[in-house]
Amino acid sequence: MIYEEVNTESRTRRTLSGAARVLLELRIDGPLVVGLSLIAAYGLVVLYSASGQSMPTVLRTVARLLLGAIAMLLLARVNPNFLRRSTPWIYVGGCVLLVIVAAVGHIGLGAQRWLDLGLFRFQPSELMKLAVPMMCAWYLHERPVPPGWGSLLVMGILIIVPVGLVAVQPDLGTAALIAIAGALVIVLAGLRLRVMLAMLGIAAAAAWFGWSFMHDYQRKRVLTFLNPQIDPLGAGYHIIQSQIAIGSGGVFGKGWMNGSQAQLEFLPERSTDFIFAVIGEEFGLLGLLLLLLLYMFVVGRAIYLATQTQDTFARLLAGSIALTFFVYVFINAGMVTGLLPVVGVPLPLVSYGGSSVVTLLAGFGILMALYSRRKLVGS
Amino acid sequence: MPSVRIKDHWREQRLFDQRALICAALIGLASIGLIVRLFVLQVARNAYYSELSQGNRVRNESIPAARGLILDRHGEVIAGNQPAYQLELVPEEVPDIDKTLAGLVALNLIRAEDVDEIERTIDSSRTFDSVPIRLRMSDEDVARFAVRRFEFPGLDIKTRQTRWYPNGSLAVHALGYVGAISEQDLKHIDRATYAGNSLIGKLGVESAYEPKLHGANGFREVLVNAQGRSVERQGALVPNLRTKAPLAGDDLLLSIDLKVQRVAEEALAGHRGAVVALDPNSGDVLALVSLPGFDPTLFGRGITASEYTALSADIDRPLFNRALRGTYPPGSTVKPVIALAGLTYHVVDPLAEHYCAGSFHLPGSSFIYREYHNEHHGAVNLDDAIARSCDVYFYGLANEIGVDRISTFMAPFGFGKPTGIDISGEKAGILPSREWKEHTFAKPADRVWFPGETVSFGIGQGYLTVTPLELAHYASVLATRGKIWQPRLVTAYRDPLTGAVHRIAPVSEGEVQGVSVDDWARVVHGMIGVTQRGTAAAIGLHAPYVFAGKTGTAQVYTVSRTEKYNASKIDERLRDHSWFIAFAPADQPRIALAVLEENGGAGASAAAPIARKVLDAYLLDPDGQVKPQS
Repeated sequence: MIYEEVNTESRTRRTLSGAARVLLELRIDGPLVVGLSLIAAYGLVVLYSASGQSMPTVLRTVARLLLGAIAMLLLARVNPNFLRRSTPWIYVGGCVLLVIVAAVGHIGLGAQRWLDLGLFRFQPSELMKLAVPMMCAWYLHERPVPPGWGSLLVMGILIIVPVGLVAVQPDLGTAALIAIAGALVIVLAGLRLRVMLAMLGIAAAAAWFGWSFMHDYQRKRVLTFLNPQIDPLGAGYHIIQSQIAIGSGGVFGKGWMNGSQAQLEFLPERSTDFIFAVIGEEFGLLGLLLLLLLYMFVVGRAIYLATQTQDTFARLLAGSIALTFFVYVFINAGMVTGLLPVVGVPLPLVSYGGSSVVTLLAGFGILMALYSRRKLVGS
Repeated sequence: MPSVRIKDHWREQRLFDQRALICAALIGLASIGLIVRLFVLQVARNAYYSELSQGNRVRNESIPAARGLILDRHGEVIAGNQPAYQLELVPEEVPDIDKTLAGLVALNLIRAEDVDEIERTIDSSRTFDSVPIRLRMSDEDVARFAVRRFEFPGLDIKTRQTRWYPNGSLAVHALGYVGAISEQDLKHIDRATYAGNSLIGKLGVESAYEPKLHGANGFREVLVNAQGRSVERQGALVPNLRTKAPLAGDDLLLSIDLKVQRVAEEALAGHRGAVVALDPNSGDVLALVSLPGFDPTLFGRGITASEYTALSADIDRPLFNRALRGTYPPGSTVKPVIALAGLTYHVVDPLAEHYCAGSFHLPGSSFIYREYHNEHHGAVNLDDAIARSCDVYFYGLANEIGVDRISTFMAPFGFGKPTGIDISGEKAGILPSREWKEHTFAKPADRVWFPGETVSFGIGQGYLTVTPLELAHYASVLATRGKIWQPRLVTAYRDPLTGAVHRIAPVSEGEVQGVSVDDWARVVHGMIGVTQRGTAAAIGLHAPYVFAGKTGTAQVYTVSRTEKYNASKIDERLRDHSWFIAFAPADQPRIALAVLEENGGAGASAAAPIARKVLDAYLLDPDGQVKPQS
């Protein structure tokens, strides 16, 4: 398989078109970029409707997408070895920033998550979404896989420290995503099934333990997830209204800018965390299936690229980035449809606001860098 | 497991591919789960969620129907609708609510003591709702506000329809009133049909014909957003919303003649009492007076606690409908029916004279029944006995007929049961009988009918009681020589759109059976005698028509048998009630009535003059000539 593909590629390389040559020169992956662009374009169309026909909102999102695209292009050109060597510094730097946020963090949305840098607000937790899997992959790079108990312990600490710092901000959604990104590296490294089961047991115990340390609003979210009717006008309101929006959309939807739930503001956070429900209401089941199809394509392509990388650091990091992307999609869609509790996880590339767009595209930039330099690493 | 391992790149690659494959499979499974969930929401439960979403965005606003008018028999408005001006405030448009309210107090538009209450109302309302802060503004209030309006952004004068009674308290006890819908009302109305209404008919015609007057409310679908604010558009689309126009309530045509009603109320003014005048040929109520009355507008506007207390604590009981609910002994007004009973049962020879020496006692008893004011009528026959109201004659006559036959004979005249008038709240008087006494009293000693009680029965005292309406109904049966009609206030209703009038047929309750034409004539002759040479001769003087009447005096306070009744010595409220019944013209009656003046003393002096005025008002034209029968 591998030899054949290499042959195929070497044959195509002789008949490269101009555009492909540019892509190769930029070290970015054509199919992945096409997939991401389609999702972003679809997202902009939906956002125009979901924001109440606010062109400024759309333009701000375009600006963020461009910023993310630049980050992607830049990171795609970075030498993976340089990236690997910088990893510990990035990780430690991120942790320090998290501590600073906790200490002097600016108060925004009732939680301390921002670092005001004058020109823009920087969220160190976003950085950690990439830094934690990088650190885990870095740690395993020179070590044998599957990891032993000692390695697991070390990586556990590497994950817990930033996750804990983000959780106390408090931002449970991001903390969970960071933990998942790190854990995925360990899973991809070949952790044994029985160890995974044991970890799940520990996680359940930790969840029970964590419950006693939760803020009231966090507990309420969990309880409301279990039964939205408990508090239909309070915390359960989000879930009930988003289900009404999706359910009333039917197969074909109510039409663009014609979803009553979204347009009349029954659906809260319609342009941010709950934009998935707007798509369901206005474009129906078909609209959501199209979106899921685009996501599957991007995730599938990303996993494929990960399998093509040739060292431990690259494989584990690329795999984690690919899988985390799907986790974002699943958690957001799950919470909006009432399958999962309401945690503040945006729909990747579609939800309005935040620096998550930049982080996501930066992640894909790293993934492309790891893929495009595979020959160099292998030799 | 080896404690130290070296890196095996080929094995690592294979392990990673394997894991990636597993992850891809898990992703596939999770996606299938998600799609199943979407299928459940969007396909299986689509109808359910569509309904919820429709319920979210559309609110029904009720458009109240115009309440039907109430008109008298000549088309004069008794109850109508009038726009009332009220001051309304939209909180979000008012820059400083405290300052605004203080400004309104300074303008004397709201009272300083109401400010707290108004602020509470504003706080509990949505910021974009228009909150009424002052109801029923006079034209002067409106003008005063209008010139300063620029100082009060967010305030506006709105109009709404309210019930309007142009004649104030006139005929209020027949009409009833509209008032705030109470918990009690909610038990028997459909809330949906009253959405948007705050008022409902209470008592009288307003209550009895509520379904006809109310009409059918319309509605307007309004698009609302999550805050409940009505919006014009939903995103890019202007939705198709339904509206239904309200259907105004039917107008009611009453049998009441407002001219007669006015004359009756003016004649009785200053006294407590009742006047009920009927058209004996149909049961139509021409006038229904109970005084004192009250202004029905108070209730429609929202009666204050102090106003209500003043009404309910008034010693004259203005809220009490004496005409329908007051029960009094009828006194001598029953003598015509006792005479008819005597004639019909052949226990009396109408021409035979009895000697009245001012007192009567039963054979074998020392108990003395006295004549009113201890009069001595001398030798009287039946005709004289009615005209001059000789108690002694009727003591003996009643005793000879016996309680069983009197009771049986009087029943068809409407005694002892409600007349069935078409408004609610009517009470029935008591028509006593042996059976009634046995059922009513608890102690065995009280359950026996004593012969002496029959004697009192003959002059309308004792257990016998009537309401003014019952007595008017009785006068009406006498007038038609036995024809019984159910009294009624509403004769027709009119569709306000088409103007089509739907007449309601009068309800006949048959005839008094077994009374000969001659006997009717004898008793009516006696009653005509009352107004020409008898107890009420003074008021019958110079009447351009012949009319029949009967005075009555009902005892409130029993004086000792040996003591003389002296009105001037007795507390005003313990004086006798004064009654008068009459019908006119005597040969072809067009009006029958009963007049009660509480504590008015003798029937001839208090009630009879009022009756004459009412008869004149109905029968005579402005030149004092009898109007031709219409």
